[in-house]
Amino acid sequence: MVFPGTWSDRDCAHAVLDVLQEPVRYIDHREQSVDGLELIILPGGFSYGDYLRCGAIARFAPVMEAVADFANRGGLVLGICNGFQILQEARLLPGALLRNASCEFRCEWVHLRVEQSNSAFTLDSRPGQVLRIPISHGEGNFFAEPETLDALERNGQVVFRYCAPDGRVTADWNPNGSARNIAGISNAHGNVVGMMPHPERACEALLGGDDGLILFRSAIHALARVAV
Amino acid sequence: MRYRAEVFVTLKPVVNDPAGLTIRGGLHTLGFDSVTEVRAGKYLVLTLDETDATEARARVDAMAKQLLANAVIEDYRIELEPVGEPVATGDASA
Repeated sequence: MVFPGTWSDRDCAHAVLDVLQEPVRYIDHREQSVDGLELIILPGGFSYGDYLRCGAIARFAPVMEAVADFANRGGLVLGICNGFQILQEARLLPGALLRNASCEFRCEWVHLRVEQSNSAFTLDSRPGQVLRIPISHGEGNFFAEPETLDALERNGQVVFRYCAPDGRVTADWNPNGSARNIAGISNAHGNVVGMMPHPERACEALLGGDDGLILFRSAIHALARVAV
Repeated sequence: MRYRAEVFVTLKPVVNDPAGLTIRGGLHTLGFDSVTEVRAGKYLVLTLDETDATEARARVDAMAKQLLANAVIEDYRIELEPVGEPVATGDASA
């Protein structure tokens, strides 16, 4: 998915097409249909300059109605960074992302603990597994009301938490002030996932690590499962 | 009638405001020690043509709900004032 100001689209395409050898199509924000697609990625960037709020304008792009239908029919959707913010503005995922508690833009490698291996993007992982994936954002401070946070935990919708390299979840390893160290969540069915870290930037050893591949491989396996 | 609507968008009291905290720190550095809290928000000014003030307020309220504010984290307040007849209505009755 490419909005004006999206910047991680080619990194995502590189991970899926060049690394995993799966076909990719760039979807323009003015398109009306997403027919024929099996997986939609909303990549990171600064859609519409992040004017008003991150993702607030992209949410009304012509293509987003088709994306919402696709998601509500059970289609696989991954929102990364700005894509996560767009999914929240579109109410396809709960909560909101505030400015980082430090007020700094954070660009660094972090560790994520997998909390949920039932989502379409974590099928190949196991709960407790630690992934090393980079972040790059100024507004990734996950916020939701306490009742919403409790419901997310109860329903198994917390997918990733920021953690220490050994998997301990503590405030010291929270890069942006996110509530309960939450780095990524899913919708109730697990077909829509939003996360601040960039798995597409961790798909080759040459780039510093390939832990991010597990998300894309999981999605491919989820699709194969549906097709059978 | 033409109206000028001011929309004040602020973070809900329960939402942490890192920008406000940083501004407060700056004010303290400058010696303004009496400041106990700063909340940063957005100020939007809209000019619109509507039949009357009730309709104008209802429209701006709908805009705030759909786009200008995010109900998950923000509150908003609207102030409305008439600023005269629109230029190109062709209505000479006034």
